[in-house]
Amino acid sequence: MINLKIFLHGLKSLIGARSPAIPLAACFIALGALLKDAGFNLQQSAASSFFTYALPGQLVMAESLLVGASLFNIFIAVWLVNFRLYPMTVSLFPLLKHKSQPKWKYYLSCHFLAVSSWLIAKDTYQKIEKKYRIDFWMGIGFGTWTTAIFTTLIGYSLADYLNKDLMIGFAIVNPVYFFCMMIGAMKNLKISIAVIAGTVMGPAIYLISTEWAILFAGLISGTIAYFFRGKNGSK
Amino acid sequence: MDLSNTIVLAIIVTSFATYISRLLGAMTSEKVSAKSKIFEWFNLVAYSTLAALLGRIIIFPAGVLASADLVIRILVLVVCIFIYILSKKNLVLPTIFSAILLSTLTSL
Repeated sequence: MINLKIFLHGLKSLIGARSPAIPLAACFIALGALLKDAGFNLQQSAASSFFTYALPGQLVMAESLLVGASLFNIFIAVWLVNFRLYPMTVSLFPLLKHKSQPKWKYYLSCHFLAVSSWLIAKDTYQKIEKKYRIDFWMGIGFGTWTTAIFTTLIGYSLADYLNKDLMIGFAIVNPVYFFCMMIGAMKNLKISIAVIAGTVMGPAIYLISTEWAILFAGLISGTIAYFFRGKNGSK
Repeated sequence: MDLSNTIVLAIIVTSFATYISRLLGAMTSEKVSAKSKIFEWFNLVAYSTLAALLGRIIIFPAGVLASADLVIRILVLVVCIFIYILSKKNLVLPTIFSAILLSTLTSL
């Protein structure tokens, strides 16, 4: 089963100077308020973060509902915006693999994969013995996931008290946190090129195609970085 | 169909569309070694995809962030990155400061 000591070690990532709790809270409080505006009730708002737990996709769903989009269009739009989770999973789970661990842990815990948990896991996995890395990951993921659900409920409940200036402040917290973590991750030339090229190409391709921009920018920038000579970009 | 049923179906559709990518990633990972070239490529694509998303959020934001000027958004980001570096990679300080600074600058 799960090694509780290692699981709690992962859960502890939520506290300290590198905690993702504040940016997670800021963006899911804002999401909770938005879902209330979109006509969701409290249970539906919590269910959205419980079952989806991917902010850009949840935003797309709420905005699509507001403009009366069909369920098929919502599916396509969310799938495109959340497709980034595929390369993120493939670039993390091989590091957590161990033959003694059951498959259900991987299939269940992939639900916890989001930008915050991914960046923390990539930053810290080497400190954990390989056999127990999946338990460590489950601790990180469970902590970030439950924080997201809890703060969605807070945002929903506080929606009437959040003014526009406060909401603008909340909206910048997440990108600032992730940019700082990405800069911290730029430990070799290939990853630095991937991050810088992606940052430039994302908005540039967005001018041509709003739906495909992130996917194309990621593929092109990552492939350019891959062909650069230098230290292996697997870290 | 009433709004409540539509919302429930939208949550199911959104959750399914999201979990597909995660599950396919977990299944693909079973065949990928952490020491292989394909793993390195996936890693670089993951970093650049994230960077592309963040770049898009800052330059072409959706929602309330769009009501802050582009120059102010970039200024806040650059100041906070400096705080992150100067504070020996503390992530709490720049994130709290970013909210205060942007709220203050946009309300002037």
